[in-house]
Amino acid sequence: MTIDVLYFAWLRERIGVPRERVDTAAATVRDLVAELSARSDWHAAALSDLSAVRVAVDQRLGDLDAPLPGAREVAFFPPMTGG
Amino acid sequence: MRVLVQPEPFDAAALLDGFGAGAGAVVTFTGLVRADDGLVALELEHYPGMTEAALTQHAQAAMDRFALTDALVVHRHGRIAAGEPIMMVATAAPHRRAAFDAADFLMDWLKSRAPFWKREIGPEGPRGWVAAKAEDEAALDRW
Repeated sequence: MTIDVLYFAWLRERIGVPRERVDTAAATVRDLVAELSARSDWHAAALSDLSAVRVAVDQRLGDLDAPLPGAREVAFFPPMTGG
Repeated sequence: MRVLVQPEPFDAAALLDGFGAGAGAVVTFTGLVRADDGLVALELEHYPGMTEAALTQHAQAAMDRFALTDALVVHRHGRIAAGEPIMMVATAAPHRRAAFDAADFLMDWLKSRAPFWKREIGPEGPRGWVAAKAEDEAALDRW
């Protein structure tokens, strides 16, 4: 399946792109992280400490165990700082 | 109920004109960019689509939980100079307690559950990304 992967804030800066389209068979976000980390050293570094990373699947907050089949968009970002 | 996500400054007086008509209490909160440590501006990144959806979801939760008659959330993104308003919430209810509590509730949720990320801009240029505060996350436990 094809998924759009989005990065925000320092994750976007460290990985170097705001979004990329990936062809994946990942069953969960955790599997997708493993695949993405193998793409480049920048990916691996940005995704190395997942306690500092939040995830949304199809624009809803999720976690590493969130299932991916059927998802179209996954976003990775730091803890939010609105308000 | 109204949710606005925009880069432009907002006109609070115009937005509040007629807001809460018929209610007994209207509470508004406006957040300003503090000029801490010589900061000249904040730059806010957001997640187009999800940001609007999350603000709408939280505003609706406040409407339901506090039996509000109306709610308004305005949040800017992009570059915002020190001293300028960055966001505003307004709540309308039959009585003041619900309006105050709902505004407090909305602010706590927006701080750590709305997809915005702040970066500080000093006179020398961009500084780092603002780190999330543990106290902001802990504030959600109040609700």
